[in-house]
Amino acid sequence: MAQFSLPKNSKITAGKTWPRPQGAQSVTEFRIYRYDPDTGANPRLDTYFVDRGDCGPMILDGLIWIKSHIDPTLTFRRSCREGICGSCAMNIDGGNTLACTRGMDEVKHPITIYPLPHMAVVKDLVPDLTTFYAQHALIEPWLQTQTRAPEKEWRQSETDRAKLDGFYECILCACCSTSCPSYWWNGERYLGPAALLQAYRWLIDSRDEATGERLDYLEDPFRLYRCHTIMNCAQTCPKGLNPAKAIAEIKKMMVERRV
Amino acid sequence: MTTAPSMRTPLARVRGLGTARSGTGHFWLQRLTGIGNIVTAIGLIVIVLALIGKPYAEAITFLSHSLVSLVLLAGITSAAVHMRIGMQVIIEDYVHSDGLKFLALIANTFFAFAIVLSAAFAILKFGIARLLT
Repeated sequence: MAQFSLPKNSKITAGKTWPRPQGAQSVTEFRIYRYDPDTGANPRLDTYFVDRGDCGPMILDGLIWIKSHIDPTLTFRRSCREGICGSCAMNIDGGNTLACTRGMDEVKHPITIYPLPHMAVVKDLVPDLTTFYAQHALIEPWLQTQTRAPEKEWRQSETDRAKLDGFYECILCACCSTSCPSYWWNGERYLGPAALLQAYRWLIDSRDEATGERLDYLEDPFRLYRCHTIMNCAQTCPKGLNPAKAIAEIKKMMVERRV
Repeated sequence: MTTAPSMRTPLARVRGLGTARSGTGHFWLQRLTGIGNIVTAIGLIVIVLALIGKPYAEAITFLSHSLVSLVLLAGITSAAVHMRIGMQVIIEDYVHSDGLKFLALIANTFFAFAIVLSAAFAILKFGIARLLT
């Protein structure tokens, strides 16, 4: 059966409450999931207090402040701090989003932060995205052509280029796939909303000549049809994209080529 | 999702046994029977409303009318097919151990077949009895 509860060694225990910063005028409380594979101990929820007078407004600013001023062992991914690299995706206040584009005052306090749901945890807020990336590789996210390459670029009309809007902007942060119950239960066989959104982006690229082959390797009860239009993906996408629509369009293409 | 330690590459794992090249038929049939269910459910409501307050003998006479029988037969077939393929998806979603999965899928098919067969038998029994009298 699908596993509906956490395994024994993943159950979260009460963690440590770190001291409040001294002399701070205003503090925000963070409760953060901690897991250290080296100790073998169960994960715990640590409490931190961030001095808002000494810290930027976003949740990522808070995490960096904690790492710099309170606990250097707190582990998380981050890079661009402006919502384009997709590194700092995590579960904040019950929803998957980017820590860098979500303000501390946009969520309930105390601010609760967990790693992306239902993924193996490498450490603290760092999930193992190996399978997620392999699924992206599976859909072959590059231009495929048979016609001899032109001397300059492959040409595309403005109208055809505009069709990719809303699909090409995905930053592969994995917020959508890890919010999808179908992906939780069948993450090894269902490609998930992120990979399927990218698949659709290449299916509708007017320059691509492998549309049929692309549809062939998606036509599968698990790879594609595990999507049950739950819509968590569209609700959680920090870039405002709609993977569920892309998946529905792929299903339409599947029907279209049969009738 | 738990990732068991494996020496296979991640790509080999997600490619798995490859694509089944099917699923679209199932998807399409689910929509078709969904439409069928709406139409026949309206018919069923009309039939039930027409039966209110009727004594047994009159109710049987009404139900054995060819048109009514056909609506009921169409409804039960559409509903049973829809139920079977819908339940199949739920089993595939949640039941992962091979033995239990196949057992559940087989039981699901037999159950839907039994429903159709028994309902069709009951409807036809009255219909045919009326034709013979």
